[in-house]
Amino acid sequence: MKADTNEQALLKGLALNDSKAIETIYKDNFAMVQAYILQNNGSYDDARDIFQEAMIALYEKAQNESFVLTCQIKTYVYSICRRLWLKRLQQLGRYSNQVDSLDETVPVEEDLEIHEKRNAEFAIMDRAMNSLGEPCKSLLEGYYLKKMGMQELAAEFGYTNADNAKNQKYKCLMRLKKLFFSQYNIGD
Amino acid sequence: MDDILLLEAIERYLIGDMNAAEREYFESLRKNTPEIDQMVVEHSMFLHQMEFYSAHRNLKLSLHDAHNKLVERGDVYEGGELTAKGRVIQLYNKYKRVTAIAASVGGVIALVISGLAIYFSPVVNGNQIEQLSKQIEVIKKNQQYQGTLINEVKSKIPENARLISGGSGFLIDAKGYIITNAHVLKGSGAVVVNSKGQEFNATIANIDQEKDLAILKINDGDYEPLSSLPYSIRKGNTELGEQIFTLGYPRNDIVYGEGYLSARSGYNSDSLSYQVQISANPGNSGGPVFNNNGEVIGILSTRQAQAEGVAFAVKSKNIYLMVDELAKSDTNIEKIKLPLRSSLKGMERKKQISKLEDCVFYVKAFSKK
Repeated sequence: MKADTNEQALLKGLALNDSKAIETIYKDNFAMVQAYILQNNGSYDDARDIFQEAMIALYEKAQNESFVLTCQIKTYVYSICRRLWLKRLQQLGRYSNQVDSLDETVPVEEDLEIHEKRNAEFAIMDRAMNSLGEPCKSLLEGYYLKKMGMQELAAEFGYTNADNAKNQKYKCLMRLKKLFFSQYNIGD
Repeated sequence: MDDILLLEAIERYLIGDMNAAEREYFESLRKNTPEIDQMVVEHSMFLHQMEFYSAHRNLKLSLHDAHNKLVERGDVYEGGELTAKGRVIQLYNKYKRVTAIAASVGGVIALVISGLAIYFSPVVNGNQIEQLSKQIEVIKKNQQYQGTLINEVKSKIPENARLISGGSGFLIDAKGYIITNAHVLKGSGAVVVNSKGQEFNATIANIDQEKDLAILKINDGDYEPLSSLPYSIRKGNTELGEQIFTLGYPRNDIVYGEGYLSARSGYNSDSLSYQVQISANPGNSGGPVFNNNGEVIGILSTRQAQAEGVAFAVKSKNIYLMVDELAKSDTNIEKIKLPLRSSLKGMERKKQISKLEDCVFYVKAFSKK
């Protein structure tokens, strides 16, 4: 079953981090996932975590230009969440006998593998960023995440001119790279 | 410092920030220096990671925002975390769509039902009316059936609202003694009205609920006693099929009616009265029933509610009993002389009536407050 045009539009919106699209997908699917998690030994927080992770996985898939979802968003999100939650339960040793194997799911193992790798990379970068210390962290976040200009950053951080700020940014970047690759290489 | 310059150059190269000459120079440098080439690949990868990291972080923020928004709007419920707004508003937000749908559905159903009701109502109403009328008939039958069982109920039938106001009566003695039905005299006092509309005060001389008879005495200075009564009061029984007629006041004017004696006994084989076939209405109570000879054979008292023309008259011999009773109970009272001879025999009905008219009174019972 091919996802209809409406769902494709939603996925495109998600890929562009469009808040409307995110909200719509969120609203349409969260209750279902929440009910599932709550029914299976989970808490409200668990439901939120798992659902948001599934959203990220969907986002990663949607990033690919040629990507076409071969099932409904609902089914995909549910399948991912189910997988993630079962895994989480296993990790926590809280695995309970599941009997709801009649649910409609799609195979998501491969996607999850990619997602987990991405998650690992994200975690490395996050750690590296957090161990940078200020003002490096904020400076790099400003430049690479918030896409601020050097002039703007200089003004915000109190550098006398943009060149000095740029200099400082590269110093920070070099440190971040070192931190990142030390972890990343080990991960490989 | 060299490292920083190099890094800046690589980044500018990767973002495409270099001009043509610079780019050409940098590319040849890349080719000739494997270390720099390695650094470019590495940085490209790192920038990609940064890009990815940034996108993820922004997405997480968006998801977080979306989640909070939905919780606040009530689209997402998380147990006790409903604190951002009043619970009522939360519930309203959560269910407003459902409520709207329910309201619309309710409206549609109401319209459909009223439509159906309008569409079907003439037929339905017709049926109800038919059914109701049937039921009424059933009730009537029941009443008739019950009526045959309970004598007491029947004898009270004329005692409706109109009867309370009065009935009829006639003279049994020209001095001013009038006989009427006991049930006519409901109030605490009575007046009698003659056929000319004159009213006279009257008091009850004797009353007998069992016979349903009462004797009134006119106590009024305006009353001018008749010299004699034209009719007599029959002591014996009357035969079946005897032609009879009556005068009475079912309305303010005196009304004549005629019929025949249809049974020797009254309602439920009551031996005190006859059954007569005559048109009788409330107000006729207490009126005289005459035969063709101008003899009083009875006092019209009741009628059968559901049978056309069936009425009952207390037998005239009871008048004698009443007078005797009165004479025994009250020795001070002047003796009532019942008329013994009728002067109406063989007279034309119109003439009989003209003579009788003055002797029949409209009895109005009232109660003093």
